[in-house]
Amino acid sequence: MASTSTVTVPAPGKSVWDGGVSPMNASYGKLMMWFFLLSDAFTFSALLITYGLVRSSHKAYEGAVDAFTFSQTYWPIPEKVFEAVPFFHGLNAPLVFVGLMTFILIMSSVTMVLAVEAGHRMDRKAVEKWMLWTIIGGFTFLSCQAWEWSHFIHGTDGGSILADGTKIFGANLSINQYGPPDFAAFFFFITGFHGFHVFSGVMLNFLIYYNTVTGVYERRGHYEMVEKVGLYWHFVDLVWVFVFTFFYLV
Amino acid sequence: MAHAEDAPQVTVLPPDTAKIKKLWTVAGILGAVTLLEFAVAFGVPHEMKDLRVWTFILMTIVKAAYIVGEFMHLRYEAKVLLWSILIPMVFVVWMLVAFVYEGIHIDLARP
Repeated sequence: MASTSTVTVPAPGKSVWDGGVSPMNASYGKLMMWFFLLSDAFTFSALLITYGLVRSSHKAYEGAVDAFTFSQTYWPIPEKVFEAVPFFHGLNAPLVFVGLMTFILIMSSVTMVLAVEAGHRMDRKAVEKWMLWTIIGGFTFLSCQAWEWSHFIHGTDGGSILADGTKIFGANLSINQYGPPDFAAFFFFITGFHGFHVFSGVMLNFLIYYNTVTGVYERRGHYEMVEKVGLYWHFVDLVWVFVFTFFYLV
Repeated sequence: MAHAEDAPQVTVLPPDTAKIKKLWTVAGILGAVTLLEFAVAFGVPHEMKDLRVWTFILMTIVKAAYIVGEFMHLRYEAKVLLWSILIPMVFVVWMLVAFVYEGIHIDLARP
């Protein structure tokens, strides 16, 4: 700095660094939630990008889509793997169940944002109602995922025949009937890590619901915790949007 | 609560109908884009792989923008917060491109 110029020194206690102001106009907790979610986004990106690397390093299925059969020699077409629906055994309904799961998660994101809106108005009854719907949505999604995992692990009626003639059903971490071993490994890791996030989210949502019902936030004078946990819950929905595209559609 | 005098005086404001309507509109858009993805998944043949993949990626970005911008309210936060979240994502995009490219070449190098 040039020595001739006059420097305006702010009066003590008036600088941004002296406290009393929120950097980025957001509260400490909200800001930290945002940066946690950014780091979590890196983790999920790493998983999905590794999936992209491994998938593109395997041979893709070249023949006609209708004639597709499971084989260890090429990567399966996802819609041929995920085509079962609970209570409709034998029905060929590609991606219908996973579409339903997507819809459930989007709806629970909507009820969450309505709970945040009710919190801004200090409307305890409405926060309770919408938080309860969000928890139900989260549990429904988890139940769907449990069914999907169970079906994936146990396999189809026909199974799949290996090159040496042995017949295998379903999937585990070392071998599976759908395609190369990595296919099932990535299914377990990516949907499992996401499912664990949903589970943690439901737990946090329940905590928020409990605190709302017992009037903690009413006494505190604001419902910012609903907003912070809401950010996490929307993030879980956001990740599912990417998992849905890159694991089930592409 | 046991004592009535402990109860805080809370003023409950009426629902912000314009805001709630907007949130449902966003939900409708998310649902519609997902249905559109289904239409592409079953309407566009697998032979047109590039078209399928790029439409899926585009629609995913649209959905992500609505979730982050509206539901997570990032669009209305201070610009410095918005950019400190979005700019680091550049690395993710680059990493994706680099690794998928790498994967294709691993496949080509395999006997």
